[in-house]
Amino acid sequence: MEELRGKAYVYACILVLIVTIFSIVYFIAVRGLSPFLSDGVGIGEMLFGKTWAPDADVPLYGALPFLFGSFSTSLLAALIAAPLGFCASIFMTEIMPKLGKTVLQPAIELLAGIPSVVYGFVGLSVIVPFLRDTFPGQGIGILAGGIVLSIMILPTVTTISTDALRSLPSGLKEGSYALGATRWQTISRIVLPTMLPSLLTGIVLGIARAFGEALAVQMVIGNAPHIPGSLFESASTLTSIITLSMGNTTLGSPHNNALWSLALFLLIMTFVFVFIVRLLERRAVR
Amino acid sequence: MKKSMTLLMTVVLGLTLAACGSNNGNNANGAASPSESASASPSASAPASESPSPSAEKLTGSILATGSSALQPLVEQVAQKFMAEEEYSGITVQVQGGGSGTGLTQVSDGQADIGNSDIFAEEKFKDADAPKAAELVDHQVAVVGMAAVAHPEVGVDNLTKQQLVDIFTGKITNWKDVGGADQEIVIINRPSSSGTRKTFETYALGTTTEDLPGSIQQDSSGTVHKLVAETPGAISYLALSYLDDKIQVLKYDGVEPTVENITTGKFPVWAYEHMYTKGEPNPVVKAFLDYMMSEEVQNTDVTELNFIPVTSMQIVRDIDGNITQK
Repeated sequence: MEELRGKAYVYACILVLIVTIFSIVYFIAVRGLSPFLSDGVGIGEMLFGKTWAPDADVPLYGALPFLFGSFSTSLLAALIAAPLGFCASIFMTEIMPKLGKTVLQPAIELLAGIPSVVYGFVGLSVIVPFLRDTFPGQGIGILAGGIVLSIMILPTVTTISTDALRSLPSGLKEGSYALGATRWQTISRIVLPTMLPSLLTGIVLGIARAFGEALAVQMVIGNAPHIPGSLFESASTLTSIITLSMGNTTLGSPHNNALWSLALFLLIMTFVFVFIVRLLERRAVR
Repeated sequence: MKKSMTLLMTVVLGLTLAACGSNNGNNANGAASPSESASASPSASAPASESPSPSAEKLTGSILATGSSALQPLVEQVAQKFMAEEEYSGITVQVQGGGSGTGLTQVSDGQADIGNSDIFAEEKFKDADAPKAAELVDHQVAVVGMAAVAHPEVGVDNLTKQQLVDIFTGKITNWKDVGGADQEIVIINRPSSSGTRKTFETYALGTTTEDLPGSIQQDSSGTVHKLVAETPGAISYLALSYLDDKIQVLKYDGVEPTVENITTGKFPVWAYEHMYTKGEPNPVVKAFLDYMMSEEVQNTDVTELNFIPVTSMQIVRDIDGNITQK
């Protein structure tokens, strides 16, 4: 009886989960495909068009600037966060484990709990003015977005690489030291190559998170629907344009459907990231 | 491998089904197919239902008003007062934001009783959706004025209509060309779907503008205010309630953006705040809308939140911008 009850409960939960996920995919897909199926927008037109003017007399739905913005801010964030996260995890496991465990790790994990609107506001109040005074331009743009995102994905990258470091076979390091290698030689020649797949997993998950982050980026990137000429010029991401316009458009209008298409693209990208992580995990096992 | 295959199959299946579904269900241009409304979250409160009993004349029911975030604070404040009245204690009013488009969609689909909007429904429901606008009844509850604003150090306090047009279309890019400091102009705009932007374009510029490269777009008035106050050379536009001494308010063709100038029709940049109902409102909703339009609310809550009472307007403007004296 106990057995049965437990089993039924687990199965019910799984069913709810599957139905939920499927409904979300289905809903976004129905809305997101309608521009191509009923509003007469070409897929190529949307993916490679450079002009986004859905409210013009002749509406244009070129989403290339948003794709460019999303990819460039996420990759930039990963570029900044990867070395920071990796060095933090080395520090916490190899150099000063005690301090790392008691102070640094909780501090970094705390970053994950801060609401994104706070990140956006801090970015707008601190990072943007700093960039504005240091570089030409308004301070907003891809660099500001990348910096804010890098701080947001730091916990993801750090936690995963720390776990990987802690689970390293102990014989590896001892063997290296026994052969007379210094600590830095051990870290750079043994530890880093061994944990590279896990580190990459952390980075990909970080990029996935950065890719889907909306509010914080929207506040600091500027949101002009154009491919920017520099890192300090107003740009847009898929998420920022969705958050800006979704509430102002009526459900079922071509403009609103086009926004759902962008959401669908985000969803597909998330699947791609999940696949990449799977591949990396398989390599790590070997 | 097996796991990834299952995942892939799920996605493909979902997409295929969706493609078929949207073929059948979307011919009516976004008419929700049953499966969609099932997956969309149903609104928290059912449309107002009444239980009229012959003995008690007290109205009971619930009202859901959603939409414009600009109008939200006013509706919320009035709703609180309304529910505190002895006479209406049987009615609960819920107010949500989400933007004018959301409000109009939800009231049109019957998910909300009242849709709050910054612009006329006819301006949102276009072409194939036009019949949806015809079903809605407009209740204009307040007027919101808007002024062009700039960073305090641009050295300009007045712009003509033509100068504004030239700035917002990118013809003029430096403040010195309009008699100000030698400072590059930074346009801080609203997204092209925004009702605030539409009002500004229609009544201040008289033309639609494109999103220029290098311009900044923000949807929230608070963020716009912050950016204008801090970004050298910034220009934007804000509702009167956001004007303060941190930003330079710009006169329009020499006319100050004051309540008086708006009510007399001297200052043209303003818009009605609308509360739409689908068809004529039921007694419960009507009680709330009447309360909204009562002298007391119009002259206290409305002015307190820096809106202009509809009752004090000496002119009436229709959707095409034709102005008649009251």
